[in-house]
Amino acid sequence: MAAGYNSISLGTGRKEFNPKKERPGLDQYVKEAGQGVLKQIGGAQNVDESAIGNFMAARFNNQGHLAAFIPMIDEGLRFKPSVRTEGACASGALALVAGIRSVLAETGEVVLTLGVEVQNTVKAIYGADILAGAGYYPERKEGHAYFFPGKFSDRAGAYYEKFGREYARKGMARWFRNAIENARLCPTAQEYQNTVKDLEALGLTEPNPRGFVDNLNVFDCSKVSDGGSGIAILSEEGLKRCGIPASEAVEVVAFGQATFDISQRPDDLTVMATTAAAVKKALESAGIIKEQLGTVETHDCFTIAGVLATEAIGFAEHGKGAQFVAEGHTARDGKIPFNTTGGLVGWGHPTGATGVHQAVTIWEQLTGKAGDAQITIHPDRPYGMTINMGGDDKTVVAIVYKRGE
Amino acid sequence: MNYTERLENVTVIGAAGKMGSGILLLTALEMTDLSLMPENKDKTFVLNAVDVSDSALKGLVEYIRGQVQKAAEKKTVALRKVYAHRTDLIENGDIINQYVNDVLAVVRPTTRMEAAYDSKVIFEAIKEDPELKVRIIKQIDSNNKNNPWFYTNTSSIPITQLDETAGLGGRIIGFHFYNPPAIQKLVELIDAKYTQKEVHDFSLEFAKKLKKVVVPSNDFAGFIGNGHFMRDALHGIQEAQRLSANMPLHEAIYMINKVGQDFLVRPMGIFQLIDYVGVDVVSYIMSVMNPHLADENLHSSLLDKMLEIGVKGGQYSSGAQKDGFLKYDKGRAVAVYCTEKRDYVSFESFATKCDEQLGSLPGSYKPWKAVNFSKGKDADLAAYFGELSTMNTMGAQLAKTYNARSNAIGRKLVSDGVANNNQDVNTVMLTGFFHAYGPINEYLK
Ligand SMILES: NC(=O)c1ccc[n+]([C@@H]2O[C@H](COP(=O)([O-])OP(=O)(O)OC[C@H]3O[C@@H](n4cnc5c(N)ncnc54)[C@H](O)[C@@H]3O)[C@@H](O)[C@H]2O)c1
Repeated sequence: MAAGYNSISLGTGRKEFNPKKERPGLDQYVKEAGQGVLKQIGGAQNVDESAIGNFMAARFNNQGHLAAFIPMIDEGLRFKPSVRTEGACASGALALVAGIRSVLAETGEVVLTLGVEVQNTVKAIYGADILAGAGYYPERKEGHAYFFPGKFSDRAGAYYEKFGREYARKGMARWFRNAIENARLCPTAQEYQNTVKDLEALGLTEPNPRGFVDNLNVFDCSKVSDGGSGIAILSEEGLKRCGIPASEAVEVVAFGQATFDISQRPDDLTVMATTAAAVKKALESAGIIKEQLGTVETHDCFTIAGVLATEAIGFAEHGKGAQFVAEGHTARDGKIPFNTTGGLVGWGHPTGATGVHQAVTIWEQLTGKAGDAQITIHPDRPYGMTINMGGDDKTVVAIVYKRGE
Repeated sequence: MNYTERLENVTVIGAAGKMGSGILLLTALEMTDLSLMPENKDKTFVLNAVDVSDSALKGLVEYIRGQVQKAAEKKTVALRKVYAHRTDLIENGDIINQYVNDVLAVVRPTTRMEAAYDSKVIFEAIKEDPELKVRIIKQIDSNNKNNPWFYTNTSSIPITQLDETAGLGGRIIGFHFYNPPAIQKLVELIDAKYTQKEVHDFSLEFAKKLKKVVVPSNDFAGFIGNGHFMRDALHGIQEAQRLSANMPLHEAIYMINKVGQDFLVRPMGIFQLIDYVGVDVVSYIMSVMNPHLADENLHSSLLDKMLEIGVKGGQYSSGAQKDGFLKYDKGRAVAVYCTEKRDYVSFESFATKCDEQLGSLPGSYKPWKAVNFSKGKDADLAAYFGELSTMNTMGAQLAKTYNARSNAIGRKLVSDGVANNNQDVNTVMLTGFFHAYGPINEYLK
């Protein structure tokens, strides 16, 4: 993969966001992200096919058929194949997987891969209905007004009960702090302009069950975002065609994909079993162990999901994730830096774009292009991993990367 | 008759007005919430919205629909529980729509006063005209077999006067919302001499359900809020006139307005507040209060003059500020009216000179917005006024005199028996007027 591009993540927190003013729509984000990639790969003539991840434009924007948006980016894409993928918030990673499979199958040498979502078209209370589509509709009636925060609130509640509320909330607040501090280093992040001093204290704000969910506050949640991201997936042949040296690209070492029955509840609310399965597959297929990872972009749609991910990957034992995070091991200067540009809580979560955004971040970090957010990648831990999750641990894609040689 | 039965049939008169529309909204929400309780499912709730013009009622329905939708969006978490039994309502959007429909099914807009003849509770919010109010109350009461209770929103007419002239025998109480009723937390509750205990008790329960802060006021024209505001306004006007011996009146108005807003850390200066309420309304309220005051003359010839010229302030239906003593650009005051030139003079042309005359603000000054919502408000104010008290600039002097007057007005409201205690006066000014501190304070001795 190479030639990544992220638009800004637009929504509350960004100074340029004004809910009353007109904002860019799907067209603009698709074009911006697409052209951002094309510029780095020598233009549309080098592209064989395209894939675009999007979750719910059909409701947020009354728009289906996003595959046909691709030729808007450049006339050179007209009559070339393109596909749209959907797997809730993992739609972006499914687009990556579609591209990877095509390259592996040698049906394409260069796949333009995008993700896009424009969510600020409706107020949050209606957005909650739309996002609830990532869950099982027969459960909607008994679900919370804020359906997904409700789901992860239940997970947090179960975790509190088993391992201690204060203990867990400390870890979650630290996750929030790391997210914002990292976002402040990345100009496209939604929380880039955040200036709050005591972030952990803010993160520890008591949840308010009357207005929101029982066990989470708004700072435990990812952002409502508009944005588009793009990256090119290329074979070695494709790299040559585009004139990109291998060192400017990341190699996809392996990927693991796992799915869970949408109509079934998790066996244990304190475990993200599907995530664990996808990660295990990815690491095994890459032939590496977790200790060789230099950085991880995980799907922290809620701070508790970040904590649970540290356990699913195996960095912390079951129940020890909150401590692992609270002790700073996931911070940018910790044992294993997570979400170095803020993740979903800090950078933003334009749902269908998130999987692609994660890949772009890893590409930037491994090739030294992360600007102020750059972390040091040690030669003995050269791998990066992304984990993109759809729904409540239902569709998960984990990908392992390494800088090209 | 219990609380719920009392609220089964209610009328708001003057429902399309500034106050009436807010009262209607709050009452409609309360009645709908009652109607949605399982134990009330067989009851019908009716809220008549009476006003004189059909076109105003049309606007009212639009307003109510928009506001109810916003209210529903804010309380969707609770509404999902209320509608839990409705298997057809699944998404938040379904639930919000249903709630809007349910509220609108309670509200009956009409131009016919007869609608009130079946009501058990009547909220009166027509214009501040004692004769009109009495005539309408009488008309309803003589045609209504329920011995209805009247909740008047009058700002200045003694409730006992309304009770006696309308012959209600204590079935009336002053339930004085602040503008806008949907947002302002304060309600002044005023018993007439013979107000029945049940009428009073219902008010307390209703106010509590509406999450209002209730301050009891005794039945003196103007009550606590206007009792302070009108005298405070008159002081500001008289101070400006006093200064105008040595400078043009419009510059003096600018200075006194600035003293209130900046030196006294208030949400707005006194002339802006007069404009906000309306020059005509202020003048009218003074005229209703004045005959009831033995030892003072609550009247301003300057207000008369402004009205004669036709400069009235008040608000557009959009909520935007109309020009009055001051001229506004996007809500900010930019010029002041000169009665001689009969035109506005822009601040730019003279403000620097006046600001210099007033002298600079104390170094610890923070604007009202920064002080009022800060946790360290008391300490900030103590430090600020401590500094101000040592200063002798013209601005500091005017501020000290102003604060002393405001303090004296507050204390007189207590000694005259309008308010029961200092705390009540301060609560009214803090909640109803958004002051950062009460008029009865020890900041500037
Ligand atoms: N505006 C304020 O800041 C404020 C604050 C507190 C109390 N009040 C008091 O509330 C009352 C209403 O004030 P407002 O500012 O809402 O006035 P308003 O002029 O906005 O509303 C009065 C409404 O009464 C209607 N009306 C007039 N005569 C009527 C009649 N015969 N039958 C039915 N409806 C009739 C008018 O059409 C109008 O819609 C007054 O007593 C006022 O003193 C006003």
